[in-house]
Amino acid sequence: MSGTTVRADGRWQWGAGLLLMLTVCAVLIPAVSTDKAAEIGDVLATRLTPPLARDATGEWHWLGTDAFGRDVLRRLWQAARVSLSVGVAGSLLSGVLGVALGAGAAWYGGVVDRIISAVANAMLAVPRLVLLLVIAALWGPGITVVVTVLALTGWMSVMRLVRADVQGVALLSYIEGATALGVPSARVLWRHILPNALGSATVAVTLGIGNAILLESGLSFLGLGIRAPAASWGSMIAGGREWLLVAPWIALIPGITLIVTVVACTLIGDALVDRSPAASRDGV
Amino acid sequence: MPRIVLRVLDALVLLWLVTTLTFALMHLAPGDPASLLISPTATADDVARERARLGLDASLPVQYARWMAGVLHGDLGESIARAQPVTRVIADALPVSLFLGGVSLLVSFVIGTLVGYLQALRSSARTDTALTVVTTTLYAAPSFWLALALVVLSTSGAAWLGAPSWLRFPAFGMRDPAADPLDTSWLVATADLLRHALLPLLVLSIPGAAGVARYARQSMLAMAAAPQVQAAYARGLSRTRVERRYVLRNALTPLVILLGLTVPGVIAGSVFVEQIFAWPGLGRTMIGAISARDYPLVLGLTLVYAVTVIGANLAADLVLLRLDPRRQLT
Repeated sequence: MSGTTVRADGRWQWGAGLLLMLTVCAVLIPAVSTDKAAEIGDVLATRLTPPLARDATGEWHWLGTDAFGRDVLRRLWQAARVSLSVGVAGSLLSGVLGVALGAGAAWYGGVVDRIISAVANAMLAVPRLVLLLVIAALWGPGITVVVTVLALTGWMSVMRLVRADVQGVALLSYIEGATALGVPSARVLWRHILPNALGSATVAVTLGIGNAILLESGLSFLGLGIRAPAASWGSMIAGGREWLLVAPWIALIPGITLIVTVVACTLIGDALVDRSPAASRDGV
Repeated sequence: MPRIVLRVLDALVLLWLVTTLTFALMHLAPGDPASLLISPTATADDVARERARLGLDASLPVQYARWMAGVLHGDLGESIARAQPVTRVIADALPVSLFLGGVSLLVSFVIGTLVGYLQALRSSARTDTALTVVTTTLYAAPSFWLALALVVLSTSGAAWLGAPSWLRFPAFGMRDPAADPLDTSWLVATADLLRHALLPLLVLSIPGAAGVARYARQSMLAMAAAPQVQAAYARGLSRTRVERRYVLRNALTPLVILLGLTVPGVIAGSVFVEQIFAWPGLGRTMIGAISARDYPLVLGLTLVYAVTVIGANLAADLVLLRLDPRRQLT
């Protein structure tokens, strides 16, 4: 299986197709739907309309309306914009942090390496959700805090992968050659080592997107993430919780898109991991 | 032997690092716990007195030394919001979480390994793909969503489907509030507890079992393709014997590592599950402590979580060391 390219892998095709579809929906649906669906209008006439039905004003709702009469379909894809971008940004930033720290630890070694590795080990010993909860609660909710906190608590696995890869590449003879030719140390690291040591980090960052989206939804569900009037899938689920037995669609529908997104990331990750032995070795 | 000692020392150093980092984190955060305790009309003197009472007026190194000395004596300080020793609060909540976490870990591993075994060795390609879709989807489901979906299913959903009343499971609390604890026999009480525990345990076990199944399938497939397994078949050994002696024995060893990796997931899941089903465990206490800015309690709970994760990893490593003699050499 590892001989074929990743594009021929069914899991990759499904995963990439689903992600593309989700992104297109998130970009298009809020853009084309009428503004009326987004704002709170005549609450009593429009609220808690079940899916595939018309509200009292005659408006059609594919996925029903919430307790304020907002169209769930439109809100779902508005929230998708937040959930998807927070997930991508959080995972990318933790990747950048992980690459920087991992490369630094491997290249400079000694005390730098010991400190970075010790901090990583200590942070890995606390469940990431608990870390996220504590930090997010102390610094207050909001999109910026969520992304920052995702980055601060997710760099450890990338750091370990990059550290191992940089250590491996640094032993190769062309690096010795570059150093012997008098190339400055930082330039050797930047130009000659890093480009060859990012393979497994890329896989880890891709895998991390689904995880970051899940964690964001968890924080938002507990009220420590995205706050109203902005919405993410997690905060939509939280908002639908009190109407669960009367209007279960409000809480349950965002969970389905959330699961589809995470499954798509997992499929892509599985396809990539089969081709990158280093990433599967270190449980990312 | 020295390898085991080294591993234990390693875990202790790690524990010290975690506590120090958590302490630093709490004190780096903006805001002052004393300001949350005093009344709005308090004067500057009142604030100073409150800070002195909580020991917040001392310099950071002194506070750290005091806290660390307490930890070493088994004293985690006093919960600000509950006015109770932190160890007392934790001791009250711990059994609930241990019960939920322990049972669901056990169920996850038994069912997950079984499903992984069926997928890897006993099914057609089509069944295997179907089961992979199921496990991947369930593994991706956030536990709080799963909890809400099961609540709908077992209450209004069950009523809508016309399910008999014994199939409608309670979605709130640990026991029937109408039952008098002094009046009922332990048998009735246990049955009641299990009925209430069914939904929380399902929510924790479903993603857990799915994750274990994904890992077990992979591990058994890899082992089934190994040369010594092919050789065993070539020697004419029966399928059952090959599977038991050559595939399962070797494929289950790496599953022990999974124990250390699954525990954080169960802890995270229990935070949501205890919150949604109103079980008074560590997770629910944690959420309460965070929103009340109860720093000593948050610190203590983080410490308990770290001990659990480090302990699980240590246990997994020590078990592996026994199961896999090659590791004693490295």
